[in-house]
Amino acid sequence: MSISFDEFSAHFSNEIREKTTFRGETTFLINPLEIERVCIFLKSKLGFTYLTDICGADRFTPEDRFEVVYNLFNPESKFRLRLKVWVNEENPVVQTVTSVWQSANWYERETYDMYGVIFKGHPDLRRMYMTEDFEYFPLRKEYPLVGVAGSIPLPEIDPKANNREAAERYNRGETV
Amino acid sequence: MSLHQVSEIASGYEQLPKPRATFDNRFGERKKIYEVLEDRDTTIVLQDDPLESTMVLNMGPQHPATHGVLRVVLKLDGETVLSAVPELGYLHRAMEKLAENKTYHEFMPYTDRLDYMSPYSNNTALCLAVEKLGDIKVPPRAVYIRTIMCELARISSHLLWLGTMVMDTGAVSMFLWTFEEREHIYNMFDMLTGARFTISHCRVGGVASDFSSEMVNYMTGWLKEFKKRIPEWRMMLDRNRIFIERMEGIGVISKADALDLGLTGPNLRASGVAMDVRKDEPYLAYPELNFKVPIFENGDCYARYLVRMEEMEESVKLLEQALKKLPKGDVRTDNAKVSYPWKSEIYHSMEALIHDFMMTHEGIQMPKGEIYHAIEAPKGELGFYLQSDGSGYPWRLKIRSPSFCNLQALPHLVEGGMIADVVVSIGSLDPVMGEADK
Amino acid sequence: MSNQNPFGDGFVTTTLDALTNWARANSLWPMPMGLSCCAIEMMAMAGPKYDVSRFGSEVFRFSPRQSDLMIVAGTVTYKMAHVVKKIWDQMPEPKWCIAMGACSSTGGMFRSYPVLQGVDQIIPVDVYVPGCPPRPDAVIHALMEIQEKVKRERHSFQNALLSDTAYTKILQAEEKNTLVLQK
Repeated sequence: MSISFDEFSAHFSNEIREKTTFRGETTFLINPLEIERVCIFLKSKLGFTYLTDICGADRFTPEDRFEVVYNLFNPESKFRLRLKVWVNEENPVVQTVTSVWQSANWYERETYDMYGVIFKGHPDLRRMYMTEDFEYFPLRKEYPLVGVAGSIPLPEIDPKANNREAAERYNRGETV
Repeated sequence: MSLHQVSEIASGYEQLPKPRATFDNRFGERKKIYEVLEDRDTTIVLQDDPLESTMVLNMGPQHPATHGVLRVVLKLDGETVLSAVPELGYLHRAMEKLAENKTYHEFMPYTDRLDYMSPYSNNTALCLAVEKLGDIKVPPRAVYIRTIMCELARISSHLLWLGTMVMDTGAVSMFLWTFEEREHIYNMFDMLTGARFTISHCRVGGVASDFSSEMVNYMTGWLKEFKKRIPEWRMMLDRNRIFIERMEGIGVISKADALDLGLTGPNLRASGVAMDVRKDEPYLAYPELNFKVPIFENGDCYARYLVRMEEMEESVKLLEQALKKLPKGDVRTDNAKVSYPWKSEIYHSMEALIHDFMMTHEGIQMPKGEIYHAIEAPKGELGFYLQSDGSGYPWRLKIRSPSFCNLQALPHLVEGGMIADVVVSIGSLDPVMGEADK
Repeated sequence: MSNQNPFGDGFVTTTLDALTNWARANSLWPMPMGLSCCAIEMMAMAGPKYDVSRFGSEVFRFSPRQSDLMIVAGTVTYKMAHVVKKIWDQMPEPKWCIAMGACSSTGGMFRSYPVLQGVDQIIPVDVYVPGCPPRPDAVIHALMEIQEKVKRERHSFQNALLSDTAYTKILQAEEKNTLVLQK
């Protein structure tokens, strides 16, 4: 089944930057500060009542470095749609969609945790997985897979621990 | 009725006993008790009654009822939960970062450890996503093998859920019974793949090995036995007074809220939303098989229990049909550019050896693009969002994990309820932290 | 027949240490630190097929105060390490630890930023079990190894009776006596 996006494209001709189709999946590239209006339209007029996922991605380009991807689902017509926004590294601000779908809350928190994209108007923008005093955004491409030694402190080490030296080296921030 | 009578009733009404303890005098009495209890040496000054105030309770991350390392911070007023805040990340293992540094095949074993109660579903989800990205065709026998194993994984996951959740409500014997059946499923996985549950049996373009006749016989024999087990369990639980008292009307979520909060899988279907990826966007052999999707309207813990029990019954039917229809033929596609060659070939043919080496070293060369593919895992819609830059490594791999979405609704379920129901609500949502934390 | 003593009126000689060790080794109460996938195999170990109660260890205590064997089953992250250490500290002496699976032994396949590369960095580990996850048989083998270790322990009765402070006092008194004797 398919949905006609003519009305949608006409209504948001200024906001839509690009439309691509790959393997039968449609993707719209939207301006970052209009995403909430677009989502309200999609939910109320085109029936995309279920937000499947929001995730970030690092394009690793000098401009428009990060992208936030919204996967939407229409439970009536079983149609999937993808929206995207691009933001700069210096000012990674996107309008939140928590007012449209409540489920966006945790997805946006996760994106913030992993990429440092800030969602304007989010009610509770904390880190999702990492500790609150963690300084890095780990899914950015420049962050090493093995992490930065000493970035998450270890607890007080048991004097009888078998591998104490390694833990002390880690706490001092030394890499092997 | 005369005016006199009315006034009589009205005056009688006025004489009805008033509630004896208003807030003031009750507080006064309690204060006296504290004064009696306190000795001279104490320096405690009672600002207000401690029994009237709220307290914050920390549940987890090491708690037997949180099914792993979930941590919930609860604000309580006596026994009532005022608010609940789940805290995740105690099992964050950087799956998505690891995926960017592995080839598609190398990432397969990591998917086993996502939802570790049904590893085969995760393997299949990744393979189907990669196959959609590369437009790879899979031989029909492999499709059926995947379907059968996915349904076995669903039963295995639901069995573990049943054992632990009934244990949360207070009965231990169910845990032992479900584990007996789970051991049979593990035996089948063992016969097919050589591992008990982190199996990594799926491959891009097919599966790693074919069914043996021994395994098919074992499975048909076990199915006959297992079909008798489910009614036995349902006879014990469905109309069990204690079980119903613990489950019915607990953790209610309405249809609209369930959609808005992004519930998925059996939890969403228990709230009356007919959403199942097996029916909505048929994949594998599901369009050729005949099965129902159980849907309940109540949206409470009991409905979630019923959905999963009926799903198990449907899975048994699916397994029987699929075993009957199991086609003959190859189990992996013959295209060496996308799929590993057989080990027996490698020892005799130079091309196969080169292909095997290239596949391990460089991975499958995928076209540039991005796709999202979802399957119906036991916990709900498990999706993989892949961005490919044209190399053998995924540029970005996002796991849309159902447990993460389900847990988001936890505060909605438990707030306003009693503290003892928090345990049951978590159990009925069936979260797996390996998947929720990734 | 049943009320007759098959050994007759006799006695058995043993040391109190051996008796203590025998009792301890056959009633190791595990604290299941079930973190991820290995927890399922640990549950299978307690389940009907593998039945760890044959070794006196079926009483899984979720309170660290009541247990003397910690089975760290699963990936320990840096965030979780604080919790593991806190629970380990709460367990009373004497206590033992099994690092179950590759993740808790060495970090395993997760060489990534949030994962602690081996739980032995923060707590002492007695037995490492390889496997991802290990089969329940392997965990039972690890349990038997712990039992062997417990049986070889010395001064266990003395340590059990005396607290640390009393023990040091006795040592000090002994030291004084020896000093007196030397004089």
